[in-house]
Amino acid sequence: MEISPWVILFASIFTNNMILSNFLGMCSFIAVSREIPTAFGLGQAVTIVLAITSIFNYLLYHYVLLPLGLEYLRFIVFIICIAASVQLLEMIIERFLPNLYYALGIFLPLITVNCAIFGVSLFMIIREYSFLQSLAFAVGSGIGWTLAIVALAGIRQKLKNAPIPKGLEGPGITLIITGLMAIAFIGFSGIVQIQ
Amino acid sequence: MSTIIMTTISLSIISAAFAFLLTLADRTIGDYGEVKLVINHEKEYIVKGGDSLLSTLRNEKVFIPSACGGKGSCGYCKVQVLEGGGPILATELPFMSQEDLEKNIRLSCQLKVKEDIKIQIPEELFNVREYDGLVESIIDLTDVIKMLRIRLPKGEEINFKPGQYVQLKAPIYEGSTEEVYRAYSIASSPLSKDYIDLVIGYVPQGIATTYVHFHLREGDTVNINGPYGDFYYQDNEREMIMVAVGTGVAPILSILRYMKEMNIKRKARFYFGARTTKDLFMPDFFRELEDSLYDFKFIPCLSREPADSGWDGFRGRVNNAIDQFLEDGENKEAYLCGSEAMINSVVEALKKKGISEDLIYYDKF
Repeated sequence: MEISPWVILFASIFTNNMILSNFLGMCSFIAVSREIPTAFGLGQAVTIVLAITSIFNYLLYHYVLLPLGLEYLRFIVFIICIAASVQLLEMIIERFLPNLYYALGIFLPLITVNCAIFGVSLFMIIREYSFLQSLAFAVGSGIGWTLAIVALAGIRQKLKNAPIPKGLEGPGITLIITGLMAIAFIGFSGIVQIQ
Repeated sequence: MSTIIMTTISLSIISAAFAFLLTLADRTIGDYGEVKLVINHEKEYIVKGGDSLLSTLRNEKVFIPSACGGKGSCGYCKVQVLEGGGPILATELPFMSQEDLEKNIRLSCQLKVKEDIKIQIPEELFNVREYDGLVESIIDLTDVIKMLRIRLPKGEEINFKPGQYVQLKAPIYEGSTEEVYRAYSIASSPLSKDYIDLVIGYVPQGIATTYVHFHLREGDTVNINGPYGDFYYQDNEREMIMVAVGTGVAPILSILRYMKEMNIKRKARFYFGARTTKDLFMPDFFRELEDSLYDFKFIPCLSREPADSGWDGFRGRVNNAIDQFLEDGENKEAYLCGSEAMINSVVEALKKKGISEDLIYYDKF
């Protein structure tokens, strides 16, 4: 695979967006998209966690699991690594950025089970990315995820005064909006493709 | 075979490495040093920062009532924070009323102590302690209600007002994966300070009641803490109207025993609501009190007794009995304990007789 890391970075933001083309990480995407500032905060946290875990997981996979012939352990090892990284990040944010910590609340530990993070770690192995490609893919996916959730939060803020049918309030209309956003993002797909 | 061993060892080493990293982080980043905790403007504690307020207080032997054990699901452990503690968290909001928010009431299990903090708690909570009691006896009062006698460890005693409650810890047992605390009123007299009696009914699927009814044996040790509660005997001259159904009889038992032992000369009426004679426990005990107390009448009310049973007492619900037997509300006060529906209907009946609401004390469950 000889794709430039820059192409991967760009592609994972627009054409292969984790949310809008893979529909990964939907739980917090729907739950924390009520207001732009919180959505942006969570997006940043997800990006940082993605960058850290992809580095850890890349090193773990290529320098521990592969030499030992334990590739099949990657699922469980990646999950452990993600859980530990999130814990670590939570401690750091709590200590040094208390305002962000209070704004994110319980959604920070929930990043552990955000499948976009796990998805990135698995995709980079399946697509046989190099270290730089993996890092670009992780950061790009994080930025793409942030872009999508902030855009959705913006739309939902505008929707507050809209007359939505009772049965569609909350997650219902949010999923429909997400679908429409995904269709809109298809417009980018002619630019580059990485999968 | 070697694959299995290899897998296990690698996984263990990787997990251990992460655990080590996290422990290291907890020691360095998670260490908030010593902070000052001031309770009610007077008591000062120097505590280790980083833990929740609830467990920090517990370490200092100050017990805040909590039914869920600090998971933020019961909303009992409310504490007023005067200074420090940061903004309210999303996990606390569902339990807070507008008034709570204005007073900066917080859930002590969610608030982490990271800086100097000043809090205000009811003075009585300093009296709250934790005991590892011995289950001395378990008696069946009815098919679904048991009476437990819990003997406190030697040399320890509990000081409570008649009507208050303790929290009993149901540990993890087969069929339940979590520790829970549940509140039960004390049924014994406050003058016997070395044991307490609890009256516990069986609730299908209830975690603590299943534990007590099917797992707890005489001779076992149980963990309790208390006393708590603002439902208790008021010392004055008014005539007392006591109303209870089911296990709600427990605090009334404590009040009556206290009155008997202190030889209190007060007029008292006790309406005991039950479905049938089978649910009416300890009737002889209450009938005997009619003789030994100063001026006491026991009025059992049966709502579902079969018509042909020969029951010559009152038939109907407790609020109907009050409508019928209570002449007026002049110089009277009421103690109610039982289900919400019963209390609401009895409060209505009492108000109709002219008893003002601030003289009606109750414990809903």
